Amino acid sequence: MTEVERHSYDVVVIGAGGAGLRAVIEARERGLSVAVVCKSLFGKAHTVMAEGGCAASMGNANPNDNWQVHFRDTMRGGKFLNNWRMAELHAQEAPDRVWELETYGALFDRTPDGRISQRNFGGHTYPRLAHVGDRTGLELIRTMQQKIVSLQQEDFAESGDYEARIKVFAECTVTELLKDGDRIAGAFGYWRESGRFVLFEAPAVVLATGGIGKSFKVTSNSWEYTGDGHALALRAGATLINMEFVQFHPTGMVWPPSVKGILVTEGVRGDGGVLKNSDGERFMFGYVPDVFKGQYAEGEDEADRWYADQEQNRRTPDLLPRDEVARAINTEVKEGRGSPHGGVFLDIASRLPAEEIRRRLPSMYHQFKELADVDITAEPMEVGPTCHYVMGGVEVDPDTGAASVPGLFAAGECSGGMHGSNRLGGNSLSDLLVFGRRAGLGAAAYVAGLDTRPAVAPDAVDAAAALALDPFDPEVGGPAENPYTLQNELQQSMNDLVGIIRKADEMRRALATLDDLKRRLPNLVVEGHRQFNPGWHLALDLRNMLLVSECVARAALTRTESRGGHTRDDHPAMDSQWRNTLLVCSTDGDAVAVERKEQVPMREDLLALFELPELEKYYTGGELAAHPGRAE
Amino acid sequence: MTSGVGAPTRAKITARTLRTDRWWLPPLMTNLGLLAFVVYATIRSFMGKWYWVGEYGYLTPFYSPCLSDSCLPGASHFGTPLPELPGWVPLGFIALPFLLGFRLTCYYYRKAYYRSVWQSPPACAVAEPHGSYSGETRLPLVVQNAHRYFFYVAVLVSVVNTYDAVVAFTHGLGLGNVILLVNVVLLWAYTVSCHSCRHVVGGRLKHFSKHPVRYRAWTLVSRLNARHMQLAWTTLGTLVLTDLYVMLVASGAISDLRII
Amino acid sequence: MAYEAKFRVWRGDDSDGELRDYLVEVNEGEVVLDIIHRLQATQTPDLAVRWNCKAGKCGSCSAEINGRPRLLCMTRMSTFTEDETVTVTPMRTFPVVRDLVTDVSFNYTKAREVPSFAPPPGVAPGEYRMLQVDVERSQEFRKCIECFLCQNTCHVVRDHEENKENFAGPRYLMRVAELEMHPLDSADRVAAAQDEHGLGFCNITKCCSEVCPEHIAITDNALIPMKERVADRKYDPIVWLGDKLFRRG
Repeated sequence: MTEVERHSYDVVVIGAGGAGLRAVIEARERGLSVAVVCKSLFGKAHTVMAEGGCAASMGNANPNDNWQVHFRDTMRGGKFLNNWRMAELHAQEAPDRVWELETYGALFDRTPDGRISQRNFGGHTYPRLAHVGDRTGLELIRTMQQKIVSLQQEDFAESGDYEARIKVFAECTVTELLKDGDRIAGAFGYWRESGRFVLFEAPAVVLATGGIGKSFKVTSNSWEYTGDGHALALRAGATLINMEFVQFHPTGMVWPPSVKGILVTEGVRGDGGVLKNSDGERFMFGYVPDVFKGQYAEGEDEADRWYADQEQNRRTPDLLPRDEVARAINTEVKEGRGSPHGGVFLDIASRLPAEEIRRRLPSMYHQFKELADVDITAEPMEVGPTCHYVMGGVEVDPDTGAASVPGLFAAGECSGGMHGSNRLGGNSLSDLLVFGRRAGLGAAAYVAGLDTRPAVAPDAVDAAAALALDPFDPEVGGPAENPYTLQNELQQSMNDLVGIIRKADEMRRALATLDDLKRRLPNLVVEGHRQFNPGWHLALDLRNMLLVSECVARAALTRTESRGGHTRDDHPAMDSQWRNTLLVCSTDGDAVAVERKEQVPMREDLLALFELPELEKYYTGGELAAHPGRAE
Repeated sequence: MTSGVGAPTRAKITARTLRTDRWWLPPLMTNLGLLAFVVYATIRSFMGKWYWVGEYGYLTPFYSPCLSDSCLPGASHFGTPLPELPGWVPLGFIALPFLLGFRLTCYYYRKAYYRSVWQSPPACAVAEPHGSYSGETRLPLVVQNAHRYFFYVAVLVSVVNTYDAVVAFTHGLGLGNVILLVNVVLLWAYTVSCHSCRHVVGGRLKHFSKHPVRYRAWTLVSRLNARHMQLAWTTLGTLVLTDLYVMLVASGAISDLRII
Repeated sequence: MAYEAKFRVWRGDDSDGELRDYLVEVNEGEVVLDIIHRLQATQTPDLAVRWNCKAGKCGSCSAEINGRPRLLCMTRMSTFTEDETVTVTPMRTFPVVRDLVTDVSFNYTKAREVPSFAPPPGVAPGEYRMLQVDVERSQEFRKCIECFLCQNTCHVVRDHEENKENFAGPRYLMRVAELEMHPLDSADRVAAAQDEHGLGFCNITKCCSEVCPEHIAITDNALIPMKERVADRKYDPIVWLGDKLFRRG
């Protein structure tokens, strides 16, 4: 039998970003023992990259805000494909989750009367984003990391052992979930540092692994975003939904090449920055889609007045939801009105005094100064779309985060449904707080309700170990492959063929490439030994990237309409017939299957929060028969 | 080097530092600068002459306040409560130890001489030559915590220096007056920009919002404090310059440039 | 625009290692981390390096470039001449794991030794009121991305392994300062700063501030103010005398 380090916990949380940490805190507060496993060092998760803020309808900046308004904004942003129950829970609980962070020691920016300041963001009716300059994600991560330390200190005071109930397994990658019958029994992985295997025996696993952006060439995501949670869930028999919806953030850096894709926060536009093409024209006024007609300013004067007086004026279309802005930039560049390095201009220099820019957007100022040698207080930035977020993920129960496999939970970006076809900026940080906590609760309740603990079968451990070691001793099935080359081909193909604008024949070509890569995967050869070997790590991650990319491509090919983060050149219109259809991905181990599934209709009281004419833009007539507006 | 960067668990790199820039230059310059000042100040303090220009009322800060019967007539702005002093005692002996103490315990000078004189460390990421290190945890260096008391005295001395400079204006206006004035303004800037001062005026508060005036003071001191290093060096320069000018005029080597 | 740069990279593990020379392509606008990645992809697939966001926000890719503690992702190649040899080594204060990767667990241990935020008693979530001027000092310290470059460059532990036990390092002394200045923290942290976390070891030589990629004024805004607070408490002669008398009595 394989030599393996064994640990036993009540709950194993995979991923130490915001959702993971919030789940850890919740499970621990319910008295369970928790392991948190992460690929990076503790506190480095991708959540630190979130800049703009955390959406919560606290109503500090505008007292008219409440959860219903937030709920409506979220549903609109997602083009009514969202899981409405998740959107409801999210809007209702986000303020409590933010306030709770203050009790952990978070220091958000303040309003003049000492409450949490809130800023404007795309798609949000009122200023709603709790923020700390433009480093809100860092604040969240650090706050929860420090809360975990404080819980460990409590455990130390009680038992003399900091790690009595929470242990962090940093720089440790999980490669496989293990089951006992149909239930989760544990997780198998390796220490990145030593290459040694580690086995977690646990009845409940919470996936909080984030997204899949590393499958695309131009992305704001870090190397960790290889879709591990998505792939682990699939291989364990769970399902993914909405995988065709990938958010391209409209403003990523486009130059220099080595930082292409790195995010430029939407906060730049929230604080007054405007998009311009090479003619100096504020082109967004020409891109307000029909469904948003009347909700956005029609001229520059009104848009500019809105920053000072939001009651009397409509907001600038620079703050349309991200999918709209990304497409608009794409069109401008394609039609020859782009900036020198293939983006458009984002101008804040001419809109705010230099001092104010440095105060409100310190890390953006730095990022451009140090990476591109551009002074954003003096000249415009060049920006273009970058792969940013996947709306799709593990299909879960809204209230508990439970996947279809007993004992498996998911939260944050790697779960699906909450954001529908497009996520609003600021809704990801609130999402991971709300559903991170709920997944932790769900796991705790599940563990408490167990009669017997599942056991890990020894041969499953052997099989997982053999699979992980395969790249060191590959089959002789063809020419040896380099993992970096394969990764490049995958990223290029996904970027070019399943990117912002999609066509059926291109996606078929992408699927053919994916098939080819899948065939070559067993021929991967890794040099060196198991100790901190990045080539080996990539070889193992590639398996996940390929599986998840296939889901994205297949689902995208199936959905013959354009909606949110899925734009079909050959089906440019939104189709009401598709609105309540979810595409569900599953795998039998090798092939990926995509099936259609109908959503549960929205509860009537929630449906009644919308005016009938708005719903008619999205819904089919039959679905609205029960709407109170129709009944009159 | 078995305890620091040469410790057994660390990356096996034999070089003390891999820095390729001239990292040894700043500590060298600091040493030269400090040495030059110490030599000049020592000589002048013990010289016992050419510190007072009676005609124009110029008193060098090195001899202020001059409080003994040994002082030249007119140089004692605050009277002569002390009797005649033996020749080896500097006439400025009341203020000098405190000024020395103020600068020795100053957070900037500490950095400067720890790096240059004591080489601890000579530059960032350059291994220091000492086998062990206890910093300011125990005697004698724990005394550095007394900085604020030297600061209080330094404020008094600055008042005295200001009085000296103002009194000189009663004799008309010459280049010497301008020099004395500039020196005293910069001395104030150095003294007020002190980290202890920053703490005392407002830094120690937990809630700035409850003390708007002190917050404002703290903001101003903080702005000056960012220039503490520049002020530390500039005032060494102006002290020497002021003293040198008074000495040259007093000795008759040059004559004061009179404006009025 | 592209040229071949001379790189010297430390390769090895805790038992032994050496600087090895490489020639590697450099293109316009690249940073040192790009070059390390190109080495991985073309010449040394097993070169170990820790990195994550590649935008100076996560603080993973800390190392030493030409002997200076830096983030690999924030060091632009344009800061070197084309014929200059660029030497890259792991941080030299922490135990090395392999190549450019070090064991930074020292920092996590120290983090756990700082008592956490102590919420104000009787204030419910949502009832916290703090003014911007009161949170700004602590907010500056919370910009910290925990790259540990300050911990690495601080000579107290860099040059004296034995001090690691009694010295928290600039990052965690700054954490103490952050909580001390937090408008609603209800704990007293001054005495512990000196007695438990080794504030007295700091001789304010400011290397921590010099290397901070977030440009936090660690020494001026955190360490010196903490030293002054300690002086308030421990080196104020009147308080000191009182303590002595009462302890005797």
